[in-house]
Amino acid sequence: MAIKGFENHPYIPNSNPTVQAEMLEFLGLKSFDDLHAEVPEEIKLQENLKLEPALSSEYELRRGINKMLNKNQSTAENLSFLGAGCWPHYVPAVCDEIAGRSEFLSGYAGEPYNDLGRFQSLFEYESLVAELVDMEVVNVPTFDWAQAAATAIRMAARINGRSKVLVYGGIDKRKLSVIKNYGRHALDFVLLKYDPKTGQMDLDDLKAKLDEDTACVYFENPAFLGFLETQGQEIADLTHSKGAELVVGVDPSSLGVLEAPRNYGADIVCGELQPLGLHMNFGGGLGGFMATMNDEKYVAEFPSRLFGMAPTVIEGEYGFGDIYYDRTSFGNLREKGKEYVGTQAAMAGIVSGVYLALMGPVGMQELGQNVIQKNLYAQKKLAELPGVKAPHFDNAVYCEFVVDFNGTGKTVAEINKHLLERDIFGGLDLSSDFPELGQSALYCFTEVHLQEDIDRLVAELRDILGK
Amino acid sequence: MKKIKRDKLPNFHQAKWDEPIIFEHSVPGERGVLVPKAEKAIVAEAGDGVSQIPQVLVRKQQPGLPEMNQKAVLKHYLRLSQMTLGGNLNVEIGQGTCTMKYNPPVNDQLAENPKLAELHPLQDESTVQGILEIMYKMDLVMREVSGMDYFTFQAGGGSQSAMAMASIIRSYFEHKGEAEQRDEIITTIYSHPSDAAAPATIGYKVIKIPANEDGLPDYEAFKAAVSERTAAFIVANPEDTGIYNSHVREFTKLVHEHGGLCGYDQANANGLFGVTRAREAGFDMCFFNLHKSFGAPHGCGGPGSGSVGVRAELRPFLPRPLITYNEAEDRYFFDYDMPESLGRVRPFHGNPQVVLKAYAWTRSLGAEGLYEAAKIAVLNNNYLIRKILENDLVDLPYPQDKQLVEQARYSLAKLEEKTGLGMTEVVNRVMDFGMHMWTSHHPYYVPEPMTLEPTETPSRRDLDAYVSVLNHILEEATENPEILKTAPHNSTIHQVDESNFDDPEAWIPSWRVYQQKTGC
Repeated sequence: MAIKGFENHPYIPNSNPTVQAEMLEFLGLKSFDDLHAEVPEEIKLQENLKLEPALSSEYELRRGINKMLNKNQSTAENLSFLGAGCWPHYVPAVCDEIAGRSEFLSGYAGEPYNDLGRFQSLFEYESLVAELVDMEVVNVPTFDWAQAAATAIRMAARINGRSKVLVYGGIDKRKLSVIKNYGRHALDFVLLKYDPKTGQMDLDDLKAKLDEDTACVYFENPAFLGFLETQGQEIADLTHSKGAELVVGVDPSSLGVLEAPRNYGADIVCGELQPLGLHMNFGGGLGGFMATMNDEKYVAEFPSRLFGMAPTVIEGEYGFGDIYYDRTSFGNLREKGKEYVGTQAAMAGIVSGVYLALMGPVGMQELGQNVIQKNLYAQKKLAELPGVKAPHFDNAVYCEFVVDFNGTGKTVAEINKHLLERDIFGGLDLSSDFPELGQSALYCFTEVHLQEDIDRLVAELRDILGK
Repeated sequence: MKKIKRDKLPNFHQAKWDEPIIFEHSVPGERGVLVPKAEKAIVAEAGDGVSQIPQVLVRKQQPGLPEMNQKAVLKHYLRLSQMTLGGNLNVEIGQGTCTMKYNPPVNDQLAENPKLAELHPLQDESTVQGILEIMYKMDLVMREVSGMDYFTFQAGGGSQSAMAMASIIRSYFEHKGEAEQRDEIITTIYSHPSDAAAPATIGYKVIKIPANEDGLPDYEAFKAAVSERTAAFIVANPEDTGIYNSHVREFTKLVHEHGGLCGYDQANANGLFGVTRAREAGFDMCFFNLHKSFGAPHGCGGPGSGSVGVRAELRPFLPRPLITYNEAEDRYFFDYDMPESLGRVRPFHGNPQVVLKAYAWTRSLGAEGLYEAAKIAVLNNNYLIRKILENDLVDLPYPQDKQLVEQARYSLAKLEEKTGLGMTEVVNRVMDFGMHMWTSHHPYYVPEPMTLEPTETPSRRDLDAYVSVLNHILEEATENPEILKTAPHNSTIHQVDESNFDDPEAWIPSWRVYQQKTGC
C-alpha cells in the first residue's frame, strides 16, 4: 500500500491494529483501501500528503511548538502602548480558570438540559452587559466589534428600509473595511467630517448629509482616536428628526464611569468584549456585542442567537432556550433569515461575564477612574517633551490619545524603531491611515501601566527625541 | 467482598447544582477582584480623573452589576461548567455535521503561552516572527490538504468563511466587470444553512438544488439552474447526509463552462484527509473549520477559525493582508499590497490561538496520522451504521448500498409511525445516559432526522455503548413511552416550557426584563 497510516495514535483509539482489523472484518472489508468506495479512483491521492514529519510524542510537540512561539516578543516582557481596538487590560486569574475548563472549551451545541451551564452563563453574560449598557437585549457574541457594528448597521437599515449610512469619519480604517465589505451591495456609506481641533463630529456636515434616505448614523464613544464625543444627544436628536436610527459603538470597560450611550439617545449599541477579561491573543481575543431595548422591532432584526429564560415543568428550576429562533439562519428560513449565524465567539461571552461579576459596579468604576487618571498623567508628562503635542485633539480622553510628533523632526517610524530597541512598543503609527495627522501615534494607557512604566516611556522618548 | 454488580447501561446523573442566577448572589460591599489604585504622583497631576470628564458624559447611575466575593464567582462558574456536557466528557457522536472530535489539552496549554496570549496584533513584524511562522506553516498544511494555493485565516468560523468566499466571488466578478450579471449563487439543500444564508446576506440570489432519490444533488435541476447569471456553486461534499457525490467533477465542470466559480464547503472534510482534495474535484476555492476537523475546541460556539483557500488566480481578491515568507531573509511578513482585495472580514488576523491549536494537532499526527484519522472516521461511521441498522425502527433514507463517508443522517420515521414518538423524544432521553444527540439542521427534509458523526475519536467500546443506549431507548418507546415523553429525567433540569420564547410580551432576554415582568 502506497499510503501509510499511523498505528496506535493516542488521539485515535481504533488505530489499534487488532481492533481495526476486527472492525473491518465486521463490515466485510479487507483494508483501508475498501473504504471511500464512492470517491472516484481518478481523484484519489496515491501517496501521503507532503507535510512536515509528525512530532508524535507530546514532549516533542511541546518543544517544537514552544520553540517557534518563543521567537515572539510579547507585551508580557516588553512595555507596550498599543491599543487601537485590542487593549492591554489585566485578566483576573478566575477568568483564565473558567476559560480553561474542558467542559466549556469542548462544549458546542447541546440542549438546555445537558448544556444548562452554557445557556445560563451566556444568559447571565447577556444580562450583565445589559446592565453595563443600560439596555435590555444583548446577543450571544458575534466575532468582534467590527462585525457587531456591521450587523448593527444592517439591523438599522432593515428596520427603516433605507440605504444611506452616515459613519463618523475618524473611524478605524480596519473596522470600516469590515463594515463596508459586509454592507457594500445594499448600503451607501458616507463619511462624516470631524472638527480637526477637537475631533468631535461636525454637526453642520451631519445636518447637510442627513435626509429621509438615511438609515442610521454610526459613531463611537470613545472614538477610535481616543477622545470622547460630547454631542451625543444633539447627534441623536438630529438623527431621530429624520426618522433614522442612532447606532453607537462603545468600549464597555469605560462604562463604570462614562454614561451609557442609550442615555444620550442610542437605539442600537455595539462594542468589543476583549477588554473584559480576554487576552489579546494577537487579535484573536475579540468578541462583539449588540444591545437594544426589548422591543420586537429591534429583537426581530438580530441575526445572533438570543438565550432567554423560561420555567420548566418543575417549580423552582430555571430553564433556558432560544428567543425567536426562526429569525436566524438556523431556523426553517435559512437564507431568508436575518443575515447568518454560526460559530462566532460564545466563549468571549462566558469569560466577559466572569469578569463583570468579579469587578462589580465598584470595580468597573475604579477601573474607569484609574484608566482616565493614567491618561491624564501621561498627557501631562508627554506634553513636556520638546516638540510633542499631547493630546493632539483638544478634548477629554478615556484609554488612549493621539500624540503629535510633528514638531520633533522625527517620524513615528523612527521613534518606534528606537523605542523597540529599548524593549518598548510605541503607539500605533497613524501616518498612513490618517495622513491629515502627519507624524502622530495613538498611545494607549490602562490600569496595567504603572507610574514607573509611564515615566520610563517619557524618559526614553526624551532621550530619543534629544538625539 | 462480594462482586459488585454493574448495569450494562450507564447509571448516570448529570451535575445539578440548582444554581441561582448570578445577580441573586450579590451582597452589597463584596469585591471579587481589586483594581490598582493610581500612585500619589499620578493623583497629584490628574486628581480623581473623573471630574475632568465633561459632565454630560459622566455616568449618573452605577451599572446594576452584582457585588460578589471572589470565591462566590469561581464557585458559581465552576458549577455552571459542571452542568455543561462538553465533548471531552461525553461519547460525543450524536452531533453530526459538527465534527466533535477530541480536543487535546496540550494544544490549549500551548496557546496559553504568554508569547502568544499577550501578543498585540499591531506589534512590529520583527517581534511576532514565531506566530507568523506558525500561521504560515499552517497555510502550507492547508495547501497540501486541499490542493489550493493560498489561505487566509481571517474568518472566525465556517459561516464567516462562507461569507468570505462569497465576498471573494463578488470581488472577482467586479474586477471582470460581470458583477451585475452574475447575481446568483447555487447551493444544495443538504449543504450547511450558512452556504445559503451567508451569500444571501451579502446580496446574492440563492438557488437551492434539491436531492434526487439517491440523496445527491439532482443533476437535471442543477443543469437547469446554471447559467451566465451564475456567480458560483457553493456546496459541501459529502453533504450533511454523509454521501460522497461521485459526480462532483461534472458539477464543477458545468459551472466553469458557464464562467462561474466553484466553492467547496469542507466543514465535512474529516473523512477525506489524504484521500481526495478540493483541487482534483474541480473547485476554485474552499474552506475548512479548524475548530472541527483540525482538533481545536469549539468553545461553546467560538472562537473558531475558518481557513479559506483559493487557486492562485483568485489570490488578489482574498482578504488582506496575507502572511508571506521571504526565504532569502528568512523573514515572515504581512503582504498588504493587494489592491483588488475584498478588504477585511476581521479587523486583525482572525483567531491565531485557534490556528496554533490546529497546527499543533496536525503536527502531532503528520501525514500518516491525518490519513489514519480520515480512514478511522469513515470506518467508525460505517461500523456504527451497520450496528444501528440492526434495529428496524431506524432507517437510512437514501440507498443503503452506498458506503457513506464520515456521517449519516438516519430517520426515526418508523419509530414515529409505530409509537407516535420521534426524534425530539429520543434527543431528550439520550441525555439521561450521559450522551448527546442534537436536533439536526432545519428544515427537516429527512423526516425525524438523526445525524450521527462519530469522527475518529470514539473507541469501538464507545460506539457499542452509544448503540446500546439507543437500542434501549427505542425499546422503551414501545414498552414505556411515558419515560420518553417526560425526558430528560437524569439531566440537570427538566422539560422547559418553551411557550414564551416566541412571544414578545412574555420572552425573557435578560435578568432585568425578568425583574420588570415579575416584579422581583
